[in-house]
Order: sequence, then C-alpha cells, then structure tokens
Amino acid sequence: MSRRHFMKHMAGASAMVAPAMMMGQSIRAHAADLTSRGKSCILLWMGGGPSTMDIWDLKPGQTTGGPFRPISTAGDLQITEHMPKTAKVMNNLSVVRSMSTREADHGRGRYYMHTGYVPNPNIEHPGYGSVIAHELFDQRPYLEIPPFVSVGGGSVGPGFLGMTWAPFTVSSNGQVRNLKMQGMSDQTLGKRLEMLKLVENGFISQRRGPAAEDHAKILNKTVNLMTSEQMKAFRVNEEPDAMKEMYGANGFGQGCLLARRLVEAGVPFIEVDLGGWDNHANIFNTLSDNKLPVMDQAMSALVTDLEQRGLLQDTTIVWMGEFSRTPRINGNTGRDHWARSWSTVVGGGGINGGIAVGETSADGTRVETEPYSAEDLMATVCRAMGISLETTFTSKNGRPMKIANGGKVIKELVS
Amino acid sequence: MATFSRIGLAICLMVGWVSISMAARSSDDYGIPQVAEINEQISLVWKDYGIKPAPEAQDFEWVRRVYLDIIGRVPSVAELEEFQRDRSKDRKKNLVEKLLNDSTYTEEYARNWTTIWTNVLIGRNGGLDNNSQINREGMQKYLRDSFARNKPYDQMVREIVTAEGANAPGMPGFNGAVNFYMDKLAEDGVQATAKTAQIFLGVQVQCTQCHNHPFNSWKQDKFWELNAFFRQTRARRNRGMEANNGNGMAMSLANVDFRGESGNPSQAEVYYELRNGLMEVAYPVFIDGTNIDPNGMVSQVNRREELSKFINDSREMQEAIVNRTWSHFFGHGFTKPIDDMGPHNRPSHPELMTYLGEEFRGSSFNMKELIKWITLSQAYGLSSKITKGNEVDDPTIGETPKFSHFYLRQMDAEQLYESLIVATQAHKTRADYAEQERMKSMWMQQFTIAFGTDEGDESTTFNGTIPQALMMFNGDLIREATSIKPGSFIATLAANGDDGKEAIRHLYMATVARRPTKTEMQAAGVLVASHKGNVAAALQDVFWALLNSNEFILNH
Repeated sequence: MSRRHFMKHMAGASAMVAPAMMMGQSIRAHAADLTSRGKSCILLWMGGGPSTMDIWDLKPGQTTGGPFRPISTAGDLQITEHMPKTAKVMNNLSVVRSMSTREADHGRGRYYMHTGYVPNPNIEHPGYGSVIAHELFDQRPYLEIPPFVSVGGGSVGPGFLGMTWAPFTVSSNGQVRNLKMQGMSDQTLGKRLEMLKLVENGFISQRRGPAAEDHAKILNKTVNLMTSEQMKAFRVNEEPDAMKEMYGANGFGQGCLLARRLVEAGVPFIEVDLGGWDNHANIFNTLSDNKLPVMDQAMSALVTDLEQRGLLQDTTIVWMGEFSRTPRINGNTGRDHWARSWSTVVGGGGINGGIAVGETSADGTRVETEPYSAEDLMATVCRAMGISLETTFTSKNGRPMKIANGGKVIKELVS
Repeated sequence: MATFSRIGLAICLMVGWVSISMAARSSDDYGIPQVAEINEQISLVWKDYGIKPAPEAQDFEWVRRVYLDIIGRVPSVAELEEFQRDRSKDRKKNLVEKLLNDSTYTEEYARNWTTIWTNVLIGRNGGLDNNSQINREGMQKYLRDSFARNKPYDQMVREIVTAEGANAPGMPGFNGAVNFYMDKLAEDGVQATAKTAQIFLGVQVQCTQCHNHPFNSWKQDKFWELNAFFRQTRARRNRGMEANNGNGMAMSLANVDFRGESGNPSQAEVYYELRNGLMEVAYPVFIDGTNIDPNGMVSQVNRREELSKFINDSREMQEAIVNRTWSHFFGHGFTKPIDDMGPHNRPSHPELMTYLGEEFRGSSFNMKELIKWITLSQAYGLSSKITKGNEVDDPTIGETPKFSHFYLRQMDAEQLYESLIVATQAHKTRADYAEQERMKSMWMQQFTIAFGTDEGDESTTFNGTIPQALMMFNGDLIREATSIKPGSFIATLAANGDDGKEAIRHLYMATVARRPTKTEMQAAGVLVASHKGNVAAALQDVFWALLNSNEFILNH
C-alpha cells in the first residue's frame, strides 16, 4: 500500500496532503539506524500480585514458607524449583528481595508500581511505558509503530503526558484488529479522509479544547499505522515453529516473542501481561502446575533469544506485580495481599545480573536490609537505560515532577 | 463557599458579573426551585472566580446532549425536527419531560440506566465468563424493571443490599438483585463490604481492610465493623439449574445464622489482623458509629436489613447518588473520584451537593426529578466552546470544575453503539431485547481490559486510542452502518434523492445534529462528481467521515 494518497496533517488549519513517502526510503533509513539502535525496556507485568516468597525468595522449613524447594542457578542466588529454565539464565537477572511498599489494593498497587506515585485524584501520573517512550522517542526518528506497546493487557495510561504516549494495546498474538480496510481503494480512503478533515478541523476551530485536538492527532497516527511497513513486526505467526515452541504455546509465551520482535523493530517500551496471580486459595498447585511453568518457559526463552541476537545488552527487563502475598498461609491454602516485604526482578541492559539485592527475615515477614520502593526500582531502570534522573516533567497545572518521583538508584544493580 | 480570596478579583468580577446576571434570567429556571438553586449556586462560584460562562449551546446541540445522557443515544432526524416544531419557551422542559415520562421512551430510558448501573454494580465484564456466579441478564432484568417503573432510589438500595434469591431468570425464587453480591463474597465478603460502601455511600474503605487509611480519619476497625454486616450472607450453587444460566453458575443467595468466630451467636463477632500481627475483634457498627445487637441469628437480627436502613437514613447515601448523577451529566462530579467522599476530599460545590441531596430525599428519591433539575440547569445548557472568560475552568489539569462551559467527553462505547443503530435506522428491525444486549456486549468486549485479579477489576478504555480509531475506520460495525447494499440505510437514502443534497443534509443531522456548512456541502458535491454521479457511493464516503469525526464521537 503506498502512501501517495494520505495526508499526514489532519490537525491544525493547514489542509495539506502529505507528499508521497515511499516505503523503500523509510526502510533504508531504518536499516541505517539499526546499527545505533537505541535502548528498549520490556516489563513483564504480573497482574494480581504473585507470591515472591514462593518464587524468588524462598523460606524452606519455615511455617510461612510453603512446600517449594530452592534450587541453585547460573547466578549467585537460589530460586524456586519450579523455574528450572530461568535458573539457567539467572546470570542475566537479579532479584531485589527488599521491596517494601504500602499499597495492597490491586488498583492502587498497579498504579503505584507503574508510576512511582500513589494515586491522587487531582493528577494522573504517567506510567513506565509512557515515561520511557517519551524520553527515548527522539532516538528513533524512523519509528512508525507507537513507542509504547502493551501486549495482552492495559498497563497504566499516559497521565498528563497526553494521549500521544498512551499504550498501544494488542492481544498477545500480535493481531492488530481492523488494521486494513477491506475492499477499499487508496483513492477512496484519501477522499474520505479529506472529508473527515473538513469536519474535524471545523470542530477544533471553534475552540473545543484538548479532547477535540487529541482526536485529530490520533487519527493522523492511525492513518500512518495503516500504511506502515513496520507493522510487520506484529506478525508473530510468521516466526518458525521451533521459535514459537521455545517461548511456549500460550498467550504469555507468544506475547514475549512479540516483545522481542518489537525490540528488533526499535520500540522503546513493551509491556507483556500475565494475570492470574491473585491466589487467595489453592496457591501452591496453581503455581506449580500452571503459572510457574508458563512463566519459566517464556521468561527463559526471552532472555536466551535476546542474548543470542545481541539485543540483551540494550534491553532492560523488569518483572513485577502490584505487590506480593502474605507470608501467612490462609485457611484456603492461599495467600492474601502483602506489600511490606517482597521481591521484583530486573536484568538485561545496564543491569548487573546474577545477584540478590537485600534480604528479608527468616520467616519473610520483614525486610532486614535497606528497603526499596517502586520509585527506587524505576530510578534504577532509568539509570540502566541512560535516562537522566534529573529529568523533570511539568504536569498540566504547572507542577514540576521528577522522573521516577525522585527515587534512588539501587547501587548494586548498576555499575 | 469557595475559599478563594475575593478582594483581588474585584475588578474582573465587575465585568464578569454583569453578563452573568443578564444571562441568568428567572425564566431560565422554568419555575422549578431546584433549577433556580442550581443556577444560583453555580453562578456564585463563577462570580468568586471571575469566570464568564460560555454562551448557551445551540438548540440542536443541547438536544443531542439530553438524548445521549438521558436515553443513551443521539436523536434521530425526525426527533430533531419534532423539537424544532415546538416554538414555546418551555420547549426544553417539554423535551426533558417527554424523554423521562413518555411511554415511547420508557424502554430506552430503562435500557440506558440499566447499562450504566449494570456497569457500576457488576462491572463491564461481570457475568461474561463461564465460571462466574453472576448472571448478567438477571442483574439487567432487575434494573430494567426498576428503571422502567421509576422505582424510588432508596427502594432500589434496600432491595439490592438485602437481596436474597436465585440469580438467573426462570429459576424458582429469581431475584436479579442478588447478582450484585455474587462473586463478591469470597474472603468473608471483603469485596461486598468495599463495593457497598463505595457505590451506595460514596466512601472508600478498602484500604482500611489491612491498615488505617493514609489520608482520612478512617481506621481499620471501620472496615471490619462494616464487614460484620455481611457475615450472614451465603451464596450456594443450585445444582441441576444450570440450564437457566447459559454461561455462568446457577446460584442462590441466602441469609444463614452467623455464630461468630468463637461460636457464641448472641455475640457473633469477627476477627481481623492488625498490622502488628495482633488479632482484633469487631461487631456490626455503621460508619457513623451506630451499632446494632450483635446477635448473629437471622431470626433475631437480619444484619443486611439493618445495614440497608442505616444506608438509607444517611446523608452519605443521598449525596453519593447526587454526586454520581451530576457526574454522569457533566462529565465531572463535585468530588474526584465521585466515590471517595469525605473530609479529606472537599467537594467543588459543597452547599449545592448538600442541598441537592436533601431535595432528592424530599422528592422521595425520585431519580427522574433529579435528572430534570440537572438537565434544565443553566450550566448543563452551556456551549462546549471555551472562551477567554472561562478558559481557566479546566478540570483536566486538576482544577475543581466550575461548570462554566460544557466539558467535552467521549461517548461511552454503549452510547456509540446505540447511536450508530439509530443513525442508520437499524433500530426498526432489531432482534429481541436479550439478543440485542448480547450482540452489544460482544461488541463491547473489544474495549475491556481485565487486570488478571480475582476481584475482576477491569477498565473499559473507550478513550480514543489508536485501536479504537482503527475500529471506527475499518471495523465491522462501521462497515455495516455505511453499507450501500440494496435495502441499506444509505441505499434507501440515495434512492429518495435527486442530486444527493438533501441526503447529505440528512446525514449531518443524523450524526452531528446540524446542517452542513457551505464548505462541507461543496466538498460533498465534489465527492458526488468524483463518483460520476453515483450518489450512494458519495454518501457512503460522507457518512464514514462523519462517523469518524470528533464532532460525532464526543458528547459536546
């Protein structure tokens, strides 16, 4: 599909039709850029709050500890026996065992862990994806795919950074619905867009505020996307079968494979969601039979694959949920919400792998070393990706806000 | 009253106030005291801030608004024309009363508010997956009957909070209201506790489940004292009744004796854990500190019955519903969020909120009265154009809303769906109600994102992202709406016309409730020419463009 018939600037008063930008040019430019490919981040988001003391920080022999055994890994730490494949790549990943936060409600925890701020009714803070896309977008003038893609979930919105930085949500098979117009010629689409622009601009010109203008901007991006060769990156199905099997024939596995393809295409931030961690009942069977095998396979495949392609050094990986689960096992053999002492995982680009940072008490109920917050984790990820922690955003009402809410870098992780 | 200093504003006040008093003629209140009071209170705040409100909206723009907000869809061309024929100065009041009370609109009124409340009570995904205890259809049936009969709001609260019975239509003892508590009773009913407080009292207690509230005076005991009201409530499977519940579980909700955690029913207590690991005891106590007999035997004390009385007697209840309803019509409530009210979250118009709460109670909790007061107010009738005199009024940047111009907002996905159906006149050949709802809900699912938690929290982000723009560009629904197959809306329209001019005017009215401008008409003419006189093909292009425009997708 050529771009000859599409205008780019539907917003604003200028009614101009974009000159034809031949796809060949943009691919060449892209190839030239690949050598200086910028950094990317993949966030593996575990919705519901996974029990990290059954995965990353085991307490064998304690009444709080549950039945799982620890095993040794390629790094200098032990993890659960149900993650044998990931154990082999732990030299690239590190566990922060001294996370200590205060939000034990799903919605609030999700917001806080994504943004570094507690929810506030008067201001919407941008999440990881929007912040990092916003900071690294300039490095990739060739990129036509939205710079923040959320796979299989909704992430957290762009807050005051605006809809330009909203997550582009796709299902884990990479299918972008309605991307193509069925049975319509470029010419017809061009005519329709001309007509649309008239109505759109008429409404904006009557001073209707940002909602109306945002709509026009999104329309522009949508037209660009429909005609972009780069959207090929979403076709996970075109991967060889062996590769698809390596990641696992399930949503999360294919989502991680898609994340790798998007990193190759130059997308700065990809979030892949795996839900179902809210295990108030029957937790151990759920983990060992279902959640952990799925996670183990996809996570190990992702690290291995990125490494083999030479992408791992520029791709920072973060694994976290909104909180963890109580050390106490409840009457339904489940664990409830717990944020006071838990673990997150980081690795890949810019991160020292293979270590455990911080310690919890023998029964897992307390953090014994310096406690770390969502802000600290975010600051560490920004540092690892070369984003200055002096960066300040201005919210719509003129309030200055430090990136990562002024969190402190976890020194052991970045040298 | 706004605490804003008035002294520094004296100068702009002079300017602003003159025009306000000109605008707020007494005839603007239709002789309805509540409308007069809203106008008074809202304009007082304008005065305080030196704000000059936007001019009044165009008639059709206002008509489009009330149709969208009251019955959940845009007006048809015939309905716009009908409004135009009413030349009386009460025409707005006449229209609002028609939408609320005329039997022509009963079904759509009930449908709209059923949609809204179904989403509030059980979420957009409630009952849509196979192992849910919620029967969505049952919930909808209960709500639809309630709104069709304009059941007083306090009665609805009582019926929902105290509900017992079977969840699916057709089961013996069916009571659709029970679906609110289905899927919320796990873990001793913490969800039931949190949602009841949030929805019916406008207070958030869920944080106090595990710790004292970080920014208000709520303590952990509050949560568990409220939770104690739900300990007699049990949901049970109805084996053998599955056939009545297509994709969920056939369930019944009943009250059973609660013997307390130490087995003494006359003092049936609950225990909860403090942050320091100690256990603490709680008995049923309402949020204002009033307690009831702690006996857990249903024959002695029906705890949910007692709770519903407390709720209905409380000021929180009336203000929560006023706040929620106001927010529905204006896009912003008096507090943000609307269901986190309390001393820590100052309302933008405290006196008005209190007043409307009292008046609503005084009207015997008549939802239609409340809707009438709001929709006939001056603020609701203002244009969405932002002017120099009111550009400071921008709630999106964290300012408290002053309602000095109509705030643009995206249509809800459901409003969009219903609007497309009416704009293409497909409503004349619709399937039965249950089937319609099923189709709509299938279409809706593309906007819903679940967060993978046991609490089924989710968000429906119909907020104009790229995937949604793609859906409007290329999706099935739009393709069908703009089809030119024989018998389709466009084909019929084209067949009636000559050069298509009249048809184009019709399309504009049907989507954005106005006539095309001269430029737009010329552009449409160029399209007709380029299609070599194939009027239907040209109309298809115009219609597609209109449906994709901000002017259509936004409530303005």
